[in-house]
Amino acid sequence: MSAALLLGLAALHTAAPTLAATHLQVANQSVEQMVELPGGEVRPLYLTKDSPLTPVAAFLLDRLPVTNAEFADFVQQTPAWQASQAPALFVESQYLSHWLDNKPNAVQAKQPVTHVSWYAANAYCQAQGKRLPSVSEWEYAAQASENRPNGSKEAGYTQRILAWYAKPATAELANVGESPANYWQVQDLHGLVWEWTQDFNTALVTGESRGDSSLDQGLFCGSAASGSADPSDYAAFMRYGFRSSLKAAYTLRNLGFRCAQDIVATERQGDTL
Amino acid sequence: MKLKKIVAAIGMTFALTAQASDLPVIDAVLTAPPMVPAPITRDHAAKVVVKMETVEKVMEIADGVEYMFWTFGGSVPGQFLRIREGDEVEFHLSNHPSSKMPHNIDLHAVNGPGGGAAASFTAPGHTSVFNFKALHPGLYVYHCATAPVGMHIANGMYGLVLVEPKEGLPKVDKEYYVMQGDFYTQGAYGEQGFQPFDMDKAIKEDADYVLFNGAVGALTGDKSLTANVGETVRLFVGNGGPNLASSFHVIGEIFDKVTVEGGTLENHNVQTSLIPAGGALMAEFKVDVPGNFIMVDHSIFRAFNKGALGMINVDGPEDKVIYSGKVAENVYLPEGSAVQSIPNGRPKLVATSKDDQLLFGKRVYEANCQACHQADGKGIPGAFPPLAKSDFLNEDTTRAVDVVIHGLKGPIKVNGATYDSIMPAMSLSDEDTANVLTYVLNSWENNGKVITPKDVEQRRKDGKAIIMEGSAH
Repeated sequence: MSAALLLGLAALHTAAPTLAATHLQVANQSVEQMVELPGGEVRPLYLTKDSPLTPVAAFLLDRLPVTNAEFADFVQQTPAWQASQAPALFVESQYLSHWLDNKPNAVQAKQPVTHVSWYAANAYCQAQGKRLPSVSEWEYAAQASENRPNGSKEAGYTQRILAWYAKPATAELANVGESPANYWQVQDLHGLVWEWTQDFNTALVTGESRGDSSLDQGLFCGSAASGSADPSDYAAFMRYGFRSSLKAAYTLRNLGFRCAQDIVATERQGDTL
Repeated sequence: MKLKKIVAAIGMTFALTAQASDLPVIDAVLTAPPMVPAPITRDHAAKVVVKMETVEKVMEIADGVEYMFWTFGGSVPGQFLRIREGDEVEFHLSNHPSSKMPHNIDLHAVNGPGGGAAASFTAPGHTSVFNFKALHPGLYVYHCATAPVGMHIANGMYGLVLVEPKEGLPKVDKEYYVMQGDFYTQGAYGEQGFQPFDMDKAIKEDADYVLFNGAVGALTGDKSLTANVGETVRLFVGNGGPNLASSFHVIGEIFDKVTVEGGTLENHNVQTSLIPAGGALMAEFKVDVPGNFIMVDHSIFRAFNKGALGMINVDGPEDKVIYSGKVAENVYLPEGSAVQSIPNGRPKLVATSKDDQLLFGKRVYEANCQACHQADGKGIPGAFPPLAKSDFLNEDTTRAVDVVIHGLKGPIKVNGATYDSIMPAMSLSDEDTANVLTYVLNSWENNGKVITPKDVEQRRKDGKAIIMEGSAH
């Protein structure tokens, strides 16, 4: 036991994977695959309709979630993030466990990568000079319907999201890019896999969602007599609830990611890509 | 062994118990509904290790209707947990890797914030462990309490935990586990195919299904509960909600004893008992005579139109003193028997064409048949067979006449489903019988045959009551 403990603690001293600060030539992924979203506002998960909106600065976002093939390229160029190398502190034992022989098969290639931790997703984005989107950015992009920057009040918008929650977890995920593009030309934000966000752990709901309203932080109560009869809040709650159940090393079957980028940063990189 | 796994293992060893206790450690026996674990024979407290799993899976909510249930242990309601007052419970909640949602558990048997909800909040593919001590005896509901709580409960995430008093419960012959819940689907009741959850209906509390044990017919037909004449039955009945309170009643039985709201207060000789959403009760009764005893939510449209109906099939010798069945049927003439006829100048209309027959037959149907076989002829799954597109009806119309005028008992197969109940002989005139049969045979895609009053007259002489093979009645 104590020997095991020492071994375990030794893992803490394993050097963190070196993150290539330079750009890796990762297949199919470049700024061309991103879209620019203008600055705007997103309604936080507060009870009142008149609580202040959260401003979101203009940013770039991947049109599609990162695929198994793309992540495999990254892992190949950054051995520190291979399943056999990545330290336990940063990835759970299920990390990339859906790949046989340490690489995705032909069917998986175009499917969104899952079984990745926040650390691994973060490293992937950094390797390309990008970063994970913040919760506000993700929610801002995701509130667009096919025809409107904010379609969350459109009939059918919420129902489509809720329908995904009700869909059986089939053995095979769909490929990325098969759902209709939203107003910003971004695809698959809903209905394919959950996605990591930079600050997922700032979620407003605790494990005991029903007590959240009584916490001294003006939190929105996730369930009880909150008076929220707006089903669109329910869809949002699912996401906030899900995020709050995560820890950064978790690697889940239904959780993938996409990257975002600051506008400023891309100008600086200008014509390097 | 990979470092990763070692680290995880170390984490687990620290996670389990806050304090070492010297109680004997036992694994909890969990049962799927309608079964209940055996009574506890221990005379001391124990440390009970409970391992429960949350699974999101598609199951049938009614014949040909699928729904994505969220479950504790793969069934609705979830597994039944039986512990003893004073036990210390080490609860492991595992969320299946295929789950889309995080889940947790709020056990009403717990004294502590959230009933364990925060401590058991678990992402897909993970396990949480927490401990509690069962301080109060009683029958308690457990349910998922992850945001949005209403949706997790509406999808079937509830069950019962029994904390037996130290002295145990009185011995009975049969114990069963029944739990009511209301469900909200995009389509109407019975609409075929996969039906997603409907949030708007749930908020409006406009239930499409009100069910015992998670499906229409979960406790009917060959899934009926069973008992023998003279036995005592104890039902552990819960109500998961999310919205509706239940008026629990067993047709043809009086509860000898009910533990009000699952607590210590006992009521006796009860016909119908209220179970609040998120509440439970224990109902005990002795079955004195054979037959089918139907459990319902006595908000009666829920029973006959939304599925809140289950059966207890009691087998054994009859006791004609306690219940005789029908022993006589006589003409009733309040004016006295001297009155032979009432000439009112309006001769009784006689059908002179098929159209007449259909018109008059429809009236007879509405007055005599519709209550069970329904306006659309679809019947009630598990209880009353359909007449619509019915293979049993269409294959033998002579038999159909016999069924109406002489009655039918015992198990029959209609469109592939088995029905085991009684169709009583109807006291209809030859005219009315011919008309109603013609109406039925010319409705709902049936074979379109015509039955005449003469046919009926003939069968009164030649036919008799039909008792099917294997009739228990």
